[in-house]
Amino acid sequence: MNGTKNLDVRGLSCPEPALRTRLALQGLGTGTLVVLVDSSTSRNNVERTGRQLGWQTQALEEGATTRITLRK
Amino acid sequence: MSLSRFLSSRWGPIVTGAAVGVLAPLLVQQGNPGNMGICVACFNRDIAGALGFHRAAAVQYIRPEILAFVFGALAAALAFGEFRPRGGSSPLIRFVLGMFAAIGALVFLGCPWRAVLRLAGGDGNAIPGIVGLVAGIGLGIVFLKRGFSLGRSRPAAPAVPWVMPVFAAVLLALLLGAPLLGRTPEGNPTGPVFFSEKGPGSQHAPWLLSLAAGLVVGFLAQRSRFCTVGAFRDVLLLRDAHLLNGVVALLVAAFATNLALGQFHAGFEGNPVAHTGTSWNFAGMVLAGLAFTLAGGCPGRQVFLCGEGDGDAGVFVVGMIAGAGVAHLCSLASSPSGPGPYGPWAVGIGLVVLCLFGATMRESTTN
Repeated sequence: MNGTKNLDVRGLSCPEPALRTRLALQGLGTGTLVVLVDSSTSRNNVERTGRQLGWQTQALEEGATTRITLRK
Repeated sequence: MSLSRFLSSRWGPIVTGAAVGVLAPLLVQQGNPGNMGICVACFNRDIAGALGFHRAAAVQYIRPEILAFVFGALAAALAFGEFRPRGGSSPLIRFVLGMFAAIGALVFLGCPWRAVLRLAGGDGNAIPGIVGLVAGIGLGIVFLKRGFSLGRSRPAAPAVPWVMPVFAAVLLALLLGAPLLGRTPEGNPTGPVFFSEKGPGSQHAPWLLSLAAGLVVGFLAQRSRFCTVGAFRDVLLLRDAHLLNGVVALLVAAFATNLALGQFHAGFEGNPVAHTGTSWNFAGMVLAGLAFTLAGGCPGRQVFLCGEGDGDAGVFVVGMIAGAGVAHLCSLASSPSGPGPYGPWAVGIGLVVLCLFGATMRESTTN
């Protein structure tokens, strides 16, 4: 199923950012997921989760927030 | 590859774990208690004793390793642009989690780091502890899958991230200065810091060596996100072995270093600062593992987060120090002869309280 989903995990503790990203990616199957994070730990974990599931990741820093776009 | 990118790569946790695995046995050789080169729970317990928060005369010392963890992580966070003031994610719940984490760990007699270090020193009693740790993490994962959350932290005032580094600096000053500001009823100088004259608290490496080792570990661990609880959690929950590689490196490096130093003694009886009560070695670490999982990371990770501006982690660490005080004031902590008289009760109560947290805390109820 194709689609776009947004996910805001700013301020959440480990492992919630990666867990929520994983569940969202598995729910989407294919498409685009945009994840907002506010720490480099969350950024690393979200990107690694995406890559493990075969999604392409692209990060864009916007002030204190990083917007990670995952596509498959 | 820059140091920053290297430490955030798959090699980061491995290098950090290997560093801990080499440095901890070296600290034992230099005077730290057996199989306790570094133990975040035991060392917080010693700090609690040194500050007079409990009266167990054998476990009182301001451990420089813990202070240096904060300083090393602070240096790394500043160097890599990761110093970020934040807080406000259920701080009181985190305090209680810290208390029960310390109590559970002191029923086992060690934090997750020491569980691995005990195994690497040949102490078979570490096995039920590690199995219990994984079971506690598994229980925490059940709650995480059901939506458990302590809620979101928010950007904090500029003073917040400096509280724990300044606290650590004050403790270092108290260690080095050892002022005698109090008076006994007889008028003799005493306190506010107390140092063991015998027992584990009296066993310590030279403070400068302890400080240097802690600085190295704190610096590496901040950037690599080394976490002994996240290691098992991420494998079970996310099928991700990134952090587990660090724990394996710790175990292998500590085993090799212990062998090289003649500190490996396989067996169940007569191990340093350990007891043979399998059930309570297991159950204590179930409680600790659950507490660490609900709080988001192992005690070492919580101390490192203190250095990068996380006020909530600071509350957890203060909770651990308070819990360690309670554990010894109320005879909850174990000794080499076995569990304390009320330790099993505390484990049971802790599991009930933490399961209530796990079942009831959702993001919608925490914001």
